[in-house]
Amino acid sequence: MSGNPKYPAGYSLRKRRSQKAAFAIFRILSLFIVAVLFAILGFIIVKGAGVLSWDFLTKAPEDGMTAGGIFPAIVGTLLLMLGSAVVAFPVGIMSGIYMNEYASKGWVVKFIRLMTNNLSGVPSIVFGLFGMALFVKYLGFGDSILAGSLTLGLLSLPLVIRTTEEALKDIPDGIREGSLALGATKLQTIWKVVLPMAMPRVITGLILSLGRVSGETAPILFTCAAYFFPQLPTSILDQCMALPYHLYVISTSGTDIEAQQPIAYGTALVLIIIVLVINLLAGLLRKYFENRLKMK
Amino acid sequence: MKRFLEKAVRWLLTASGFVTSIVILLIIGFLFTEGAGLFREPVIEEGYVLALNSENPVRELNAAEIKAVFDEDVTNWKELGGADMPISTFRLEDADEHFSEEQLGAQYENAGALISGLVAANPGMVAFVPESMIPEDSGLNFIKDSSISPGEVFGGSEWFPTATPAPLFGMLPLLLGTLWVSLFAILFALPFGISIAVYMSEVASPRIRNFLKPVIELLNGIPSVVYGFFGLIVIVPMLQRVFGLPVGESGLAGSLVLAIMALPTIVTVAEDAMRNCPRTLREASLALGATKWQTIYKVVIPSSMSGIASGVVLGIGRAVGETMAVLMVTGNAAVMPHSILEPLRTIPATIAAELGEAPAGGAHYQSLFLLGVILFFITFLINLCVEFISARNKAKYN
Amino acid sequence: MEKIEARDVNFHYGSFHALKGISMEIPRNKVVAFIGPSGCGKSTFLRLFNRMNDLIPGARLDGEILIDGKNIYAPGVQVDELRKEVGMVFQRPNPFPKSIFDNVAYGLRVNGIRDKAFITHRVEEALKGAALWNEVKDKLNDSAFALSGGQQQRLCIARAMAVSPSVLLMDEPASALDPISTAKVEELICELRKEVTIVIVTHNMQQASRVSDKTAFFYMGEMVEYDDTKVIFTNPRKEATQNYITGRFG
Repeated sequence: MSGNPKYPAGYSLRKRRSQKAAFAIFRILSLFIVAVLFAILGFIIVKGAGVLSWDFLTKAPEDGMTAGGIFPAIVGTLLLMLGSAVVAFPVGIMSGIYMNEYASKGWVVKFIRLMTNNLSGVPSIVFGLFGMALFVKYLGFGDSILAGSLTLGLLSLPLVIRTTEEALKDIPDGIREGSLALGATKLQTIWKVVLPMAMPRVITGLILSLGRVSGETAPILFTCAAYFFPQLPTSILDQCMALPYHLYVISTSGTDIEAQQPIAYGTALVLIIIVLVINLLAGLLRKYFENRLKMK
Repeated sequence: MKRFLEKAVRWLLTASGFVTSIVILLIIGFLFTEGAGLFREPVIEEGYVLALNSENPVRELNAAEIKAVFDEDVTNWKELGGADMPISTFRLEDADEHFSEEQLGAQYENAGALISGLVAANPGMVAFVPESMIPEDSGLNFIKDSSISPGEVFGGSEWFPTATPAPLFGMLPLLLGTLWVSLFAILFALPFGISIAVYMSEVASPRIRNFLKPVIELLNGIPSVVYGFFGLIVIVPMLQRVFGLPVGESGLAGSLVLAIMALPTIVTVAEDAMRNCPRTLREASLALGATKWQTIYKVVIPSSMSGIASGVVLGIGRAVGETMAVLMVTGNAAVMPHSILEPLRTIPATIAAELGEAPAGGAHYQSLFLLGVILFFITFLINLCVEFISARNKAKYN
Repeated sequence: MEKIEARDVNFHYGSFHALKGISMEIPRNKVVAFIGPSGCGKSTFLRLFNRMNDLIPGARLDGEILIDGKNIYAPGVQVDELRKEVGMVFQRPNPFPKSIFDNVAYGLRVNGIRDKAFITHRVEEALKGAALWNEVKDKLNDSAFALSGGQQQRLCIARAMAVSPSVLLMDEPASALDPISTAKVEELICELRKEVTIVIVTHNMQQASRVSDKTAFFYMGEMVEYDDTKVIFTNPRKEATQNYITGRFG
């Protein structure tokens, strides 16, 4: 070829410099976000650590919520997590199984997936409105743990479905065929072979969905959460307090916001601890199961 | 028996498969029925009338005009298409200014006749009174009561759901407030999100990536009230100092908090897209003498554009629908936003703040459901966008 | 001085000894073919010539590789400068998701050439050199994905040649192509040898015998035999080579 290109001298150096600059910016911005996370966590941990005590965790609020503990809110949040799990886990797992194992790959799956994705994009406050209209008013459950659990359950459904589906998708078809070839029925294959293999990832997903439920406020505003309900609920038709709602209430309204602030820090810290523990648990589980698979 | 079990389970699984679709339909159904009810509600509070002197030719007033009249922003009938005479207003609470208790009677049994007489005597007077109070033969005119119109709701710039005699449901300030806060949030989050995604997928060593990944997951896991609380305690006072604001609760505070909250979505989706960019493309670029950075911005980013776009759109969706954090830090003033440094109010925050006080079944309650419908459709559209983008992307690579 | 010279090259991936003590010389403007069963190290060796293996974590190289007498692994050598001299064509056609024109112009642009007229001229030349010009001259702005597989591979050759390298590495360039496209690529290789030194990895022994001047046979990380192609295919000295080219294993 004639007229070979004459490359500008020093361009190689220039482009390496611009690479250095660009990567430096990326590094700084990433570092900044890490700093933001640690600032948020650090702030709440430092300010909240002094508040945490056995009494704080086991006593009901007193003196117009300016003193005492947050025990009813902790219990309420745990109850709501449990309730939403009872609602979402069976249905979500079954739905995931249907999507991956039964539904014929075509418009049905596409449609359901579209709907599931849409549901996961629905804002939590809309779930709150819907839960109020359907469970509280139309079905007459009133403001109750039942209505709150159902609302939160529906909210976490898409996450449960998606993780189940993805976990099942990772199981190679050969394993199913192997089981079917031995004369097992489809149901036996799923129950005895596919599900146990997929379980680690499903469980990780379920734990993460519990984490999400523990921090949701908007869906329980009008379906369940009580401003002040110091005794423990005795039935699923009772209202209950919940940590995130409690944090909202004592940091924005109440009799004496200044006096409430330590309690707000403590509540925020307990919420953060729940999230940290859940994330840690999910991470450890993931690692444990991965190692076990590797050893096999 | 075994066959029967297989069938039953199959049936059960199929039913579960459609649960999400059913929930979506139920959400649409319930929100719509309640929300659409707003347009059947009368402009003037139910059971009440606006009574006029029989000489007054004005027969129709919309909600904004009624509010202006009773706020005394409009003081002459000619501004409303009537004769040139000053407006005087009368509410039931004002009764004791005009009449003594004996005159009214212990049970207000005479009030109707007295008020009718008062209005009949004052040509410029408009009285806001219960319909049942006015005698049949009073000879007064009434403002024709119409239903709340969609134009007033979607085009109205005043949100005043508790105003009497006529509440105002102009949703424009809330819609704009939502869009402003989300827009600024994405503007803040975008450079960070893309940079972190590029850094994690292309630059960072596996060790650093394994450190950053859980950081991003944790940011995603922190509950929104905690963000709101942090914003309230730290960001709001900081903004107040930095910009010298009268109140720190502002659109900007909301945007900053939302930016942090939308970040994980953008990073995760964009990083995923970039990691999916085929290795052979990178190698082709490097083999031509391009640097890593040239390869990233000339090949990797363009070819993962649709994934990055999905991440950004999902981030917007998250910002638009976020409730608690925004509710806690934006100041919640339902006015047309003029500056991001002023308090403003978003749709989700409005629902969260007002639903508790709105009487079930009333116009206010229904208007909040209508806001829910709007919110639902915004996010529905956003999700359809994402589906469309990723479907087109799949088609491109197959 | 030979174009490329490898001196006692050893290459490790972690604990795996991928290349064992290879020394060879590749003469200027010749076509040299690397043959051998999969996993024998021939592609790994090829990718050392433009330092493509730098990207692999945990890889280690001992020995020297010289191009035009200079050690390309010496400190201070810039890989992007090296890769301007040493072009590469990959196993599967890998055009960028850009227009045909932008694909060919890519290498010029990333190396700092801004002169539009020159780029246009150069793109045309490179496409002509790759025998693709007549097929694409009316649709230079169409996406490269609209081309057939064979056309895409020739586009990738044009893309590599536009930068004006003195060495062209080809990693099984025809393995994903149909016979007609393969023939075209082979024809192209015979044309291109006038301008560049070509090193080609191939599975296909007929291809090696058709296009190359010299052939090296690799087996288990070692270079078993390296000689004129004629000698390798008619009268190899080593039994392993004999077995391989007669198809007794591999």
